[in-house]
Amino acid sequence: MANLKVPVAPADHALGDEQAAVTLVEYGDYECPHCGRAHPVVKAVRKHFGKQLRFVYRHFPLTQIHPLAEPAAEAAEFAGANEHFWQMHDGIFENQDRLSVPLLVELTEELELSADDLPAALESREFAPVVKAQFLGGVRSGVNGTPTFFVNGYRYEGMNEFEDMVEAIDAVLAEHQSGRKRVG
Amino acid sequence: MTRMLSPGTTAPDFTLPVTPDQSLSLRDLRGQPVVLAFYPADWSPVCGDQMALYNEILPEFQKYKAEVLGVSVDGPWCHAAFARDRHLHFPLLSDFEPKGAVAKEYGAYRDKEGVCERALFVIDEEGVIFWSYCSPVAVNPGAEGILEALENLSKKGQSHGQLESSRRAS
Repeated sequence: MANLKVPVAPADHALGDEQAAVTLVEYGDYECPHCGRAHPVVKAVRKHFGKQLRFVYRHFPLTQIHPLAEPAAEAAEFAGANEHFWQMHDGIFENQDRLSVPLLVELTEELELSADDLPAALESREFAPVVKAQFLGGVRSGVNGTPTFFVNGYRYEGMNEFEDMVEAIDAVLAEHQSGRKRVG
Repeated sequence: MTRMLSPGTTAPDFTLPVTPDQSLSLRDLRGQPVVLAFYPADWSPVCGDQMALYNEILPEFQKYKAEVLGVSVDGPWCHAAFARDRHLHFPLLSDFEPKGAVAKEYGAYRDKEGVCERALFVIDEEGVIFWSYCSPVAVNPGAEGILEALENLSKKGQSHGQLESSRRAS
């Protein structure tokens, strides 16, 4: 199947070491219930692999079926522009059952960002181009729904469950290590 | 399974209902690329995602002046409800009576289940199939193949522009 066409770059929102052996990229939608369920799984997977894993999140909002996915993605970018992307990201997924524009504003306030700035940014669509670019990159990489994961650029086809993801990442790690041995 | 029509074949013309009281013919869209997306059924989870995705990417398809048409054996009232529920902004055609006749012509019909394959066709401005792809029925084929085909088609159109116009004139 399709592989990641847009390589991970400094502009990406990434957690973990740039030199990590494995990079997990998620294309997600903040209003998608499957993404909401995958969120704690990703957290557990990150914890499990520690420094061996870097995690990158990119937006793939299906705005026609999830009207709040776009403002949520733009709000995360807004927080990101203020160095608080991951706090906003967690806040949105952890409160997905009550996702609304007022919730996004509330989360901004909790991050001690100016509460007036978010509605203005949403109104002006300041962060829409960033979200759109990520979405289109996902389309080019064959993302067809959310969440879609890529492990070191290869599309992950398994279930979005802890054991399955760990198994897939373990396999890539083993390959990586044997490759290193061969080179060394 | 019958063989799917391959690139280079003239796309069989058809006229199908697009709403309970309107129909659409392929020949009416001559002069622009057409994306024909056969899919098994309204409402089923995979198709829903597939159509939602195309809906989202419509502006990209429009950059190539391409018209997207979804086709299934569901009736026009079913399509209307599905399109309304999912806010779909492109036509869904009903290959309803005789059931699956158009899909059969394109080799995109599953006799056993009585539904369309999950088959994609990109048809050029002249009504010739430029690209086709049949996805396993449970797999959402995404859009990258379609976009790539449209891009290649537009490149071909640019480089062969003269050839095409001389052919048309003769």
